[in-house]
Amino acid sequence: MPTDSLHDYSLREPRFPDPVDRSLEDADIAIETRLEMYRKLQELRQFGKRAHDLFLQNLVKGTTHLSLGMEAIATGFGAAMQPGDYTFATYRGHAHSLARGMDLGAAMAELLGRENGVLGGKGGSMHLTDVEKGMMGSYAIIGAHLCIANGAAWSAQMRGTDQVAVAFFGDGTTNIGAFHEALNMAKIWSLPVVFVCENNLYMEYTPIDLITAVDHPAADRASAYGMESIIIDGNDPDAVYLAASQALRKARSGDGPSLIEAITYRSGGHSRADPAKYRPKDEVDAWVERDPIPVYHERLLSIGTPEAELTSIEHGVADAIDAATEFAKAGNEPGEAALMTDVWSDGGSQWRN
Amino acid sequence: MAELSYRDAVAYAIAQEMRRDPSLVMLGEDVAAAGGVFKTTVGLLDEFGPDRVRDTPISEQAILGAAMGAAMTGIPVIAEIMFSDFLAVCWDMIANEIAKSRYMTNGQVSFPLVIRTANGGGARFGAQHSQSVENWAMMIPGLKVVAPSTPEDVVGLLAAAIRDPDPVIFFEHKSLMATKAVVPDGEVVDHLGTAHVVREGSDVTIAALALMVPRALEAADRLAASGISAEVIDLRSLVPLDTRTLLESVAKTGRFFTVEENPRLCGWGAELVSIVSEEAFWDLDGPSVRITTPHIPLPSAAALEDLALPSVDRIHDTIERSVDSRGMA
Repeated sequence: MPTDSLHDYSLREPRFPDPVDRSLEDADIAIETRLEMYRKLQELRQFGKRAHDLFLQNLVKGTTHLSLGMEAIATGFGAAMQPGDYTFATYRGHAHSLARGMDLGAAMAELLGRENGVLGGKGGSMHLTDVEKGMMGSYAIIGAHLCIANGAAWSAQMRGTDQVAVAFFGDGTTNIGAFHEALNMAKIWSLPVVFVCENNLYMEYTPIDLITAVDHPAADRASAYGMESIIIDGNDPDAVYLAASQALRKARSGDGPSLIEAITYRSGGHSRADPAKYRPKDEVDAWVERDPIPVYHERLLSIGTPEAELTSIEHGVADAIDAATEFAKAGNEPGEAALMTDVWSDGGSQWRN
Repeated sequence: MAELSYRDAVAYAIAQEMRRDPSLVMLGEDVAAAGGVFKTTVGLLDEFGPDRVRDTPISEQAILGAAMGAAMTGIPVIAEIMFSDFLAVCWDMIANEIAKSRYMTNGQVSFPLVIRTANGGGARFGAQHSQSVENWAMMIPGLKVVAPSTPEDVVGLLAAAIRDPDPVIFFEHKSLMATKAVVPDGEVVDHLGTAHVVREGSDVTIAALALMVPRALEAADRLAASGISAEVIDLRSLVPLDTRTLLESVAKTGRFFTVEENPRLCGWGAELVSIVSEEAFWDLDGPSVRITTPHIPLPSAAALEDLALPSVDRIHDTIERSVDSRGMA
């Protein structure tokens, strides 16, 4: 590795993706599930692109952290989870919210800061939450939500339900203390929780391998907490679905937590402020070839799905994204009445008499 | 009527509430088998079992994360953070997650949880195990902040905090653990956000909290001997704050003093003085005066710690000087 690479990350040795596992064509996954995953992939991708466009039009303010290129993880888990299960995500939580069924219009309106947003404009892009759908929140300071997911799992354990909590986080999260506290507690209490590391190879702007003591930031730590090392192709919805199903089954049957490291790649930068110039060009090109959508499109064709059916799904999603955009744009700005509500459970914000 | 120590009142209140609500659970470091390092949770494991009274690793973020996640999914929780100084280790969980998530989600979640913690100085533990950090919590929107000064208030306010649907930080004072008082029989439940006038007076109002309440009362007795009639208010709760009791007292006395164990800057007394000057300015006959620990970390040596914390002498002398310099109203 040239010494300059310590300062100019684009000169680093690129990290190329593994080839697609063709044997997954024969995986035992119902065609209905696969088509629904294809629809969801399209929904997450088109939503992300639209959010990007609306940001450029200055309709989405602040910042956005998109999952473009990483949608297969939310998709695979979304398909494997049951309605009562709990999702905990990071600020990069749009895909995970939509994967649990958050309304597209309410999600888009929240990005636009409108009254008809899923949080009434009070949370914004980094905090999408829809408790009725099991989407228990998007937490913008990494690490904490692994501990909180433990709490939801503990609660399910105490209430005697078979609910599972799933916490999604990036590779960067594996170097904060809360990650380690959460894994230890989950194991000693045998909690029904699944920790999912989306390893997109970059912390924010810094390559994760340069600032982590082990090659696999999550999987190589698993043994320290009595868990199995699980590394999967995070760009393949089928691979994610199979791993998710197995971990969820284990948690539901009382056999405790799992830690899954899903290898993936961001199509773009960390956030709206990041053009991602620190990545080697041939690395980016190689990962574009492994984008989950064309790969899954090809798989569905090769197992006999008519092209017209996939095209119809794509068009249906495009119409839904357009409708969601119109719903969001038509929403009012939140009024002053909303400002002082819901600090407390009585609906108000009074701190004195 | 049973006589209880401040220390025993904690377990008494928790047991009362755990008997009432079978879903209520508790967790923390050494709280179960050991009964707590301050022996405030003795007997709870035996009565309620290890599923409801749980020992944890030294993992403050994991403790409060577990409390938050359980509370937001319908299980009320009491979490203990052994020393209030350790709140700094898990402050993200408190200040950013627990306090703000209800507002950020437009009211989708609520957090019926209590974070109990041993607070305050006087035990010669040095700068990292002696702080009075109520102000840290007071300045974060979304947290309720309670600090009792008597065994009866420990029972009543802790029960009220447990029943409150919002997050409450409950500060138990280390130097009050051995104090004893009679607690009424039967269920004891108080109200958050209610200050008590614990001594009536007509010349000056003294607002105090936790360990500073008995010191303010003793100073008031001595001021009486000098002909100054002091009214002492035990605030009991900083959020919600009972400003009505405070302003009524100042309207009567015309002089306002705070006795704060915290270091000087941004103590709760500064907020109270601000409220009094905005809303009771024309009732005042002289400047409001804050009696606090100086703006220093707390030293360990007994002689130095005693100099740092507001003493009965300092409270008495400061008020007497301040009143004398103006003459009586």
